[in-house]
Parts: sequence; structure tokens; C-alpha cells
Amino acid sequence: MRRLVRLAAIVFAVFGVAAAQAQDTPRRGGTIRMTAPYAASFGSLDPHATPRAQDDIVGKALQRSLYSWDTANNKPVLELAKSVSASPDGLTYTYKLRDDAYFHNGRKMTADDVIWSYNRIMDGSKGFPGARYVRIIKGAVEVEKGQAKEISGLKKIDDFTLEMTLTERVEPGYYFFAGTTAILPREEVERGNYGAYPVGLGPFKFKEHIPGSRVAAERWDKFYKPGKPYADKLEVLIMAEAAARDVAFRNKEIDTSILGPAQYVAYRADPELSKGILEVAEMFTRAMQFNPTYKPFADKRVRQAINYAIDTNLIIKRLVKDKAYRAVSWLPPSSAAFDKTMQPYPFDPAKAKKLLADAGYPNGFEFELSTSQNESWGLPIVEAIIPYLDKVGIKLKPKLVEVTVLTEIAMKGEHQAFIGSNLTGPDSLATLRCFYSKTPRTACNYTSFNNPEFDKLLDAAGEAADMAKRNDLLRQANNLLYEEAPVWFFNYNKAVLAYQPWIHGLQANPTEITHQYPENIWVDATSPAK
Amino acid sequence: MLPILARRVANIVPTLAAVVALIFLLFSVLPGSFVSAMNEDGRTAIDPAVMERMRKEMGLDDPVATRFAKYVTHVAVGDLGTSFRTREPVTKLISARVWPSLKLVFAAMCFAIAVGVPLGFLAALKPGSAIDTASMVGAISGLSLSQFWLGLMLMYLFALQLKWLPSFGYGDGGIRHLILPAVALGVGPMALLARTTRAAVLDVLNADFVRTARSKGMTETRVVEWHVLRNALVLVITTIGLQFGSLMGAAVVVEKLFSWPGVGSLLVDSVFQRDIPTVQGCILLIVTFFLVINTLIDLAYVAIDPRIRYG
Repeated sequence: MRRLVRLAAIVFAVFGVAAAQAQDTPRRGGTIRMTAPYAASFGSLDPHATPRAQDDIVGKALQRSLYSWDTANNKPVLELAKSVSASPDGLTYTYKLRDDAYFHNGRKMTADDVIWSYNRIMDGSKGFPGARYVRIIKGAVEVEKGQAKEISGLKKIDDFTLEMTLTERVEPGYYFFAGTTAILPREEVERGNYGAYPVGLGPFKFKEHIPGSRVAAERWDKFYKPGKPYADKLEVLIMAEAAARDVAFRNKEIDTSILGPAQYVAYRADPELSKGILEVAEMFTRAMQFNPTYKPFADKRVRQAINYAIDTNLIIKRLVKDKAYRAVSWLPPSSAAFDKTMQPYPFDPAKAKKLLADAGYPNGFEFELSTSQNESWGLPIVEAIIPYLDKVGIKLKPKLVEVTVLTEIAMKGEHQAFIGSNLTGPDSLATLRCFYSKTPRTACNYTSFNNPEFDKLLDAAGEAADMAKRNDLLRQANNLLYEEAPVWFFNYNKAVLAYQPWIHGLQANPTEITHQYPENIWVDATSPAK
Repeated sequence: MLPILARRVANIVPTLAAVVALIFLLFSVLPGSFVSAMNEDGRTAIDPAVMERMRKEMGLDDPVATRFAKYVTHVAVGDLGTSFRTREPVTKLISARVWPSLKLVFAAMCFAIAVGVPLGFLAALKPGSAIDTASMVGAISGLSLSQFWLGLMLMYLFALQLKWLPSFGYGDGGIRHLILPAVALGVGPMALLARTTRAAVLDVLNADFVRTARSKGMTETRVVEWHVLRNALVLVITTIGLQFGSLMGAAVVVEKLFSWPGVGSLLVDSVFQRDIPTVQGCILLIVTFFLVINTLIDLAYVAIDPRIRYG
């Protein structure tokens, strides 16, 4: 009997290990079905032309940039280059490019492609979003302004060696990992209609786009990472409606889905669905931004008073359903310069009242807050703020506008305050530049922040060769922002991706959770998609 | 028939011209611009000089009159302009979406006619009966339900619970993916058709000439075949025409909910991104569709009842 039990134990152990290994070993084949959840259509499949987050879901499958984001270590890593070396002054970088990266038309990528792509991004008549990153290369701004034809800071040494000179000391990885700086084949773009038939360097090759419905791609066998991608096919299904996505996910028609606050609560409460939830603190900061041209907001004490007057934790818990992290400053926690010792403004109405009285507003004042309808940082949040501010004497009048109008208002400064969500990562220096006095409103200084001490810290950080020193300076600048309170620090987005049990290798990408590098994803045999 | 057709086509042209002017002027005063829409979530930090240059090249800084003149000149030769968003011709963007939209609208209308007209007929032939009450309750409910809610319920029932149909998407363009969005879109017109048919049939059944026919000994079946059908059909066809014409515009919600690749979802996205040339093109297409369907309905009147003449 004892022998029989031992035998059974061995059999269970062997099969158990085998089963566990089957789950851990990537399976080749199958179809990955991801969702594009933010709009009813893709803006463009030309990665240079689109500023929309949704479009890079496909972009990551079809295209590649000089760097990519290493989610495991939370930093940019070389993607299209095998190595890089920096000059002693930290301004010139020499890249040894991959000699095994092939575009989907079969042509090998060379340094010319990188140079051509960055020059295209700087075409000032197009307003390509990637220009904000490429501007860091010497001579790029001249191309953007039409004063030069080629970026002088890019030099081809040979087909697979590229020299790049920057205007200041930055970690170039932060600037050249975004999909908007992807390397494209010139001949395909110049053929025209590139947005409809994209050709890239990514692990999947474009197959079909049914506008407003889906994009299909298939494995690119000459992809430079051996053995990857695992899946044969990839489908990105456009599903802008959360309720429809929920039905499709529960019906096993899609492998991933983005959850809003209401779904987040429901999925967490469900014993099965809760097993497939991936959460990450994304690099977006939600905040009410004050316009100092409206007199009360010129006074730091008024801005601080608003931060003290609102029970931000309660709003996040009750209204945002805990699908956010409390903001303790402008930089998100995933930033290298984030100060982990920082504490948020406590809820202290008495202190708020005192600050208002000290600032000359003992009876408070009235202001108009421009807001959109967004459930996580729009009108519902504003409605929750109103009674808190009312208790300290501040009357808040919401002005509801559509998101595009909100951006226009912020860019033109036609507001007293507005509430919105801002991309705040991953490069702390670039993020904090939104408060640099010389940064115009159109380029994100919506609060017209002007503080010489802050500027000095940022200038010094830009000059610092040592990254630790730079981060320390940026940490000081961020802490100064906290003290100056040009905004009401609300929250950092908690992005939540629901996934099916048969999909593996998903990455908790803090730059945008929907931006998955699909060559790392695989589906096991239990997937209903063939 | 041909002179009528010519007259109707001649009427379409000034109507379209007025619509073009109205659309253009409406979007000229709409706040927000394509350039600001590019900066959602602060992803695009645009240099002020670049912004100015883009506005100039897109003609956004020109006076409204200049832009209008340019737009009309282009539309007159079938050029709907270039999309700000994709930088492709608007005609090309729209043409990729027309067929799925037409397919959805036709399927929805087929469902509405196939269910609504017989339902209305049955209800009218047996007024006050259980079938009359049931069909009218159904019709009123169908008119009151929002397409969004109805679509979700259909997804829930037929996809999630019964597993009969896919819940969303275009698939390979086959009928399986078409059924649920078509029903969601078609329930409203179906309900209206049921009510209209019932009212029209009841009206004819109570008319003097029907009473005369009956008194002459004509059987009920013959009465329905000879008098009721033809006379009631004019009102029914009017309703079909109006519903058919407006469905293209009404499909926006259903297309978005079911990820259907039609003109509606293109229109929604283009509005949000202030891609004005595409928005104008989509609306123009929807209005043209409406006018064409109405012209066809007018011609159908003449075919059904030769007494109808258009001056």
C-alpha cells in the first residue's frame, strides 16, 4: 500500500512539474487578440503622424524605434543598436546599429534609415509628435523651422554606425523609445499611402486593416530576435465602448481588455476574473492646473490652500474606486527622480482657511474650472471638489467642455483653472520642463510657471554629467514644485489590464499599459482563437 | 417617370449646396482645432512656430469667406479635401467605410420591413386583439429603447448567454457579424413601421370605398389585396423612405458599440480630432444618401399609384 502511495506521489509530481513547465514554456503559434480601447478608429498607422496612444498598440507590433522600454527593469534599452558609446562631454553618441534588422519588404535597415526617419519627424509643416524628442539632436530645430534641410547632429559613419550629437546631456534612451520616433523605410513612405500599408521592422508584418474594426498582422520570420515572435498572428480589435468590451472579454472573444473604475471593482470582486488583472502606475499625472493670471492663483498660499482643502484620498477611494495612486508631486513614482519620502498635502481645511486669510481672501473667492466629462479626472471629480472648497469659502463654477476644447483653452491660457491628465514620464528632466519659464504654453507650460530657482535647478540638471547628481537636482526641482503648488496634485493613473488565462508574457509597462511588445507574448493551447 | 426623375435631381442640387454651406459654417465656429486635438494627454509638445505654420498650411487662419470659396470649388469637382489626421484624400477614407455602412443600413431596414410591416398589418386586421396589443406594446418599447442599451442586451443574450453569434466586429464581412448590429439598428424603424402600417391599414379599412366594396360582396381577402394594400402602402413607403434615409446617420452609436467599420465611427473620431474635412465629407455623404433615398421613394409613389404627379 505504502509503495502504491509513493508511486502515486511520484506520478503526480512528474505530471505536476510537466504541467507547470507547459505553462512556463512559450508555445509557438496561435493568435494574440488585443484590444484598442480609446477610440472608434486608429488615427493613422504611420507612427510618425499620430499622437494617439491607441495607435502605438499596433505600432509596437509593426514598427521599432532605436530604443525600447524594458518593463522588467523600468528603463529604456537599446533596440535597433547593438551597442552605444558616449563622448566624454556626454553629448555625442556613437551607435553600432543592428545588421540583422530587416524591414518587412526584405531590405536591411541601415544608418540612412535612422537619419531619414528623424529628418522626416522634424518636418515643421507636419507637426509630428515625435519632434518633441528629436529636437534634442543638434540641428533638429533648424530643420523644423525650415532653416536647414538635414539634421546636422546626425552623421553616418558607415552603414551600421551612426553618430548622434545632442544639444544637452540627456539619456537618449528616454527620447528615442517612443513609437512616434520609429525607424521607417524611406522608399515605402515615399511610395505614398504608408498610413494604410505600413512597412516596419517589428515582429509582425501588416496584413489587413478594416478601419474602425481591426488590424491584423502575421509573424515576420526575419525578425531579429531569435525564436520570436511566438504567435503566428496578431489582431488588434478596436473596441471603444467599455461595456461592449466587457461582454466580449467575458465571452472569450478578446484576450486583453482595459478596465475603467466601475469594471475594476466588478473584476476584482469576481473570483475568476480577478485572477487575470495586471496593474501598473502609469506615467500620467492628473491635476487641476491654476492660471496665475487670475489674481488669487498668483499667490502660492491660495494654491496651497486648495491642496489642503480637498480630501483627495477620499475622492480617489470613493469616486475613482481606488483605480489611481495619490499624487504626491508632479513626477510619478516610476520616475528616477521621484522622492519616495514625499508625503501628500494632508486634508486640513483649518489650515486652508488660514492660508486663504493670510493671502487676503478671508471670505474666499470664486473661480471657474474648465473640465471635460472624463470619469476619472473630469466633471464627476469636479462635483466632488465643490463642497470641499465651499467649506473654506471658495466657490467653484465648473465649465464643461469637450477634451479638444479643454486642450485649446489650456494652450491659449483662456482659463482660470482646468483639470486634466498629463503625460509625465519617463524622463524626469523632460517632464519637469513643463514648468520651465521658457517653455511656452503650447509646449505644456499651462500654468505659465516662472520661478528662477526652479529654472536654475533644471539648468543645472541639464548640465550634470553624473546621473545620480542629475536626479538629485531634479528631485529638488520636483519638491520645489510641490511647495509652490502650481496645481492641485490629484492622482497618478493606475492602469488596469484584464487578461485571459491562456495569454502569457504581458508586460506591466508604466509608459502605457496597452503598449505591449508582442514578441514576448504567447498564447497556450487553451486559447479559443486558432 | 423620366421628367419626374430629372426634376427631383434638379431639386437635389440646391439642397446639397445649402447643406454644404451650412456644414461649413457650423464647423467654422466650432471651438477647438485639429492642432489642439493633437495634444491630448500632453503627448505633443508643439513649438508655437510649427503650430502657426501648420495652421497656415491647413488654411485655418484664412478668412471664413476664403476658406468657403476654396471648399465649394473643390466639392464641386468631387474633391472633399485632405484629412488633417491621416493626410489622405477624404474621398478615399470615406470610400473605405461606405460599403460596411450600406450593408448595415440595408440589413437593418430589411429587418425593420420584414418584421414591422406584417406586425402592423396583423394588428390592424384584428384591432383590439391580443396580437394587436402585443405588437403595439412591442412597437412602443422598440421606439423607446436606446440603441446602445438594446445593442448591449443583444450582445449579452445572443453572444454571452446563448453563444449563437459573435458579440462585435466585422469578421470576414459575413452575415454572422451583421445580425446583431442590424437588429439593434433596425428595432427603432421596425417599431415605427409597425405603428404606421397599423394606422394606415386601419384608415383604409374604415374608408367609404372599402365599405362599398364589401357591400358589393367582395371577400375580405380581396378587399385587402385590391384596396387596402395599395392605399396603405403609400404611407408605409413614406415611412420606409424617411427611416432608410436617416439610418445612415443614426448608425453612429451602433457602429461604435459593435466596432463596425462604417462612416459613423469615422465621423465620431473625426469630430473628436477636429478633422474638419473628414467630418464635412461624412455629413455630406449622409445627407446625399438621405436625398437619394427620398427621390427613389418619390419615384416609387408614382409606380404604385399613377394618380400621384409632381409639379
